Amino acid sequence: MSADRERKAAKIRHLLETEGDAVFENTTHVNAGRYETNSHRDDIDELRTRAREIKEDAIERLPELVETVRESVEANGGEVYVAEDAADANRYITEVAESKDAETLTKSKSMTTEEIDVNDALEDAGVDVTETDLGEFVVQVADEAPSHLVGPAFHKSTEDIAKLFNAHFDTDETLETAEDLTQFARDHVGEKIMDADVGMTGANFVFAESGTISLVTNEGNARKCAVTPDTHVAVAGVEKLIPSIDDFPPFAELIARAAGGQDIATYLSLLSPPVDSPVVDFENPDEPLDRSTDDREFHLVLLDNGRTEMREDDELRETLYCIRCGACANSCANFQHVGGHAFGGETYTGGIATGWEAGVHGMDSAAEFNDLCTGCSRCVDACPVKIDIPWINTVVRDRVNRGTDEEFDWLVEGLTPDADPGGVDLQKRLFGNFGTLAKLGSATAPVSNWLADWGPSRAVMERVAGVDRRRDLPEFQRETLVDWFESREPLATAGDADREAVLYPDTYTNYVLVDRGKAAVRTLEALGVDVSIAPCHESGRAPLSQGMIATARENAERVADSLDPHLDAGRDVVAIEPSDLAAFRREYERLLDGERAQRLAENSYEVMEYVYGLLENGADPDVLAGGGDIAYHSHCQQRTLDVDQYTEAVFERLDYDVVTSDVECCGMAGSFGYKSEYYELSVDVGETLADQFEAQNVDQRRLVASGASCHEQLESLLPQDSTHPVELVAPAVERVPRTR
Amino acid sequence: MRTDTIDRFADSLSGADVACTRVEAGAFADALDDVVEQPAVGVPLDIDGVSLDDTDVEVPPTPRLLREAETGVTRVHGIVDYGTFVIQADEAGAEPVSLYPTTHVGVVRASDLRENVHETASWLGEEFDAGRDSAVLATGASATADMGELVSGVHGPQRVHAVVLTDR
Ligand code: SF4
Repeated sequence: MSADRERKAAKIRHLLETEGDAVFENTTHVNAGRYETNSHRDDIDELRTRAREIKEDAIERLPELVETVRESVEANGGEVYVAEDAADANRYITEVAESKDAETLTKSKSMTTEEIDVNDALEDAGVDVTETDLGEFVVQVADEAPSHLVGPAFHKSTEDIAKLFNAHFDTDETLETAEDLTQFARDHVGEKIMDADVGMTGANFVFAESGTISLVTNEGNARKCAVTPDTHVAVAGVEKLIPSIDDFPPFAELIARAAGGQDIATYLSLLSPPVDSPVVDFENPDEPLDRSTDDREFHLVLLDNGRTEMREDDELRETLYCIRCGACANSCANFQHVGGHAFGGETYTGGIATGWEAGVHGMDSAAEFNDLCTGCSRCVDACPVKIDIPWINTVVRDRVNRGTDEEFDWLVEGLTPDADPGGVDLQKRLFGNFGTLAKLGSATAPVSNWLADWGPSRAVMERVAGVDRRRDLPEFQRETLVDWFESREPLATAGDADREAVLYPDTYTNYVLVDRGKAAVRTLEALGVDVSIAPCHESGRAPLSQGMIATARENAERVADSLDPHLDAGRDVVAIEPSDLAAFRREYERLLDGERAQRLAENSYEVMEYVYGLLENGADPDVLAGGGDIAYHSHCQQRTLDVDQYTEAVFERLDYDVVTSDVECCGMAGSFGYKSEYYELSVDVGETLADQFEAQNVDQRRLVASGASCHEQLESLLPQDSTHPVELVAPAVERVPRTR
Repeated sequence: MRTDTIDRFADSLSGADVACTRVEAGAFADALDDVVEQPAVGVPLDIDGVSLDDTDVEVPPTPRLLREAETGVTRVHGIVDYGTFVIQADEAGAEPVSLYPTTHVGVVRASDLRENVHETASWLGEEFDAGRDSAVLATGASATADMGELVSGVHGPQRVHAVVLTDR
């Protein structure tokens, strides 16, 4: 393994051991709450659409909103400072503190202040800074960085925190329970707030027209920081601007649901500072509040730090719609297992972190562990503002690729005929050109399989391309699906059927899992469909997951060229691999011209979705195989597209008894599980799925999985073989009307 | 109609672990003294026919009272959907009084209940225009799960109690 890969693998191994359990417990809990609260409302999607519209409009009008908020805050008696970068913001903030002769400052949690490291700047200026959010306080005491946007100390268990506090503070009694720890921290931090000279907060939203900042918390610390001392500094990225309080409802309804599974956050503060509340001067304890002289001061620091450039960047702009709820991280299987410190850029962690890091700290920071996004897309449904987070990760990966040095170029030029520039890492090129590899492998099977499995070649593959030798390689079939199909006699009914479909043979189905392709053909034909088959062209999924967008675009065009005549002829397109359907429905609009992409998206179906449609339209279910006990794992992209329900509906129709997994992802997600630096993480994620199935006593059940990579992962983790749903329901071979 | 609204508000309150007392204005003082734990601090309620003057609640607040009081009493508005209090910041100190003591008692006129966040936001828009431009939407007791388990009463109150004036 290369030194770089070994370093990554070692870091992941370390995090799996130290932080994995606590993060897993916390994210699992929050996710369960999120699913539960969302299930109570049927307008979540409307709210998300509305929230996104507001954000799109606000970012579009950003310069104007900055002027509006300047006027409104000044009219209220406060000041607005637009800081160009971290240094500029810190200079302004320390000057404010110095002008007040501040010795102490209390802060409520804010990722934006983490981004600029304001604590360091203030400490350098002699100001004692205390974090008041208890999670952030833990992180401050431990001298660590937050591991999560919302739960900064998500990576620590109660025991970890108890150990930390007992070692750090001189307490009368040993702290043990969450209750003890909370009480201790509350009292300790509470005293600091009462003494503080300056209070600092972030802002979840800033309403430009009234100069109102919205703070969302459960603890109440932000309210205390904002209203107790006479001076309040709020630091917010410029992207937090929203036109007016009228735009508040969708965010109020969404943010706590997405962040913690609550219907609404405990405190949604809408403060238009300087506020009317009297200053609470604990040094004059008996001075009635309503007579306390009100000389409040308020500074709103709006941070640019790369955001204006992000706004002008068509691919990264969406990042600015983010409301920092952390749901993308919670829904990420890799995050659930290693936590935010593995995703490390300088500040932000988890799903959307790459976009933020690319925008505010630059590509180097974003590149680090950007690969942890497997593109499973589970975060897409989780995001309250519908940000296409995997796409942002793909784009950043593409840009990182383009900056890589060209050391190994001689190895791959010619062998991997991709459209991406030289310099793309060899491992990425290998996986990004899987189609070419599969074609070659199939043509030379079984020699290629034997060679690929041969010890010395595995060692070379591991050393040069980082293909982990512990992972079984796909076994290429000599007869491809397309060859099989083309050598068949056409059916007697050919040309007479009511429906015509063209099967898209993805690379896996064509060269490796040929049986599921044959089963798909048999099933569709038995249900009365006239089936044609398209040539096998890689959909672009493989290069996309390596961040090779130019290659993916070339692939997409080739696929569209091959499918267009079928679409012209009125055929439906049927895909077997859910990730390819996801490419057609989600990514092709980024890769192809709009109308072309739309037509393909509208006319393509996942095979079981198609079977469902046929049955709904009167096809005879009795021709299919039914009944039996199965354990089913759908596929992450299938779930994002909401097509998993069709597979399940077909199972029900055919009287299968089904146990379904509900983990976010199997952990393999394409090439990820092959890469030596991520192999262990992939297995760890997969074990959650295996454990779930084992707990449900599925050993006597047939294992069924919709995705090729899920299939491989399951087979490596559980003793049973796994099949694709269509193989399960396909009529037995002899029952197919064969030849004329 | 009104009773139905109050019922639903009470339901949502109970979902947020908030107790609810219903009372007519004439019986307010006694009812309040029943729910208030001493020492108690409050700010003037500014509701017709109802006042803290006849109760054991101390007005005006001082920093010492904020620190030491068991109970803080303020007027609030309500959101029926979630059992949310809308606490408008004022010069008398409604914001700190609702925040520092262990228990917050919110006094709400039935006519100040609004169905949902949407209606509340439009009303707040008008209030903002009229210069009352800071408010907190508070639902239940303050809480944290940062120490590994959910604990109530962090920087804000540990208990919350609503007193609904049914005839106001
Ligand atoms: S990208 Fe979406 S899900 Fe992720 S933190 Fe931002 S708003 Fe939340």
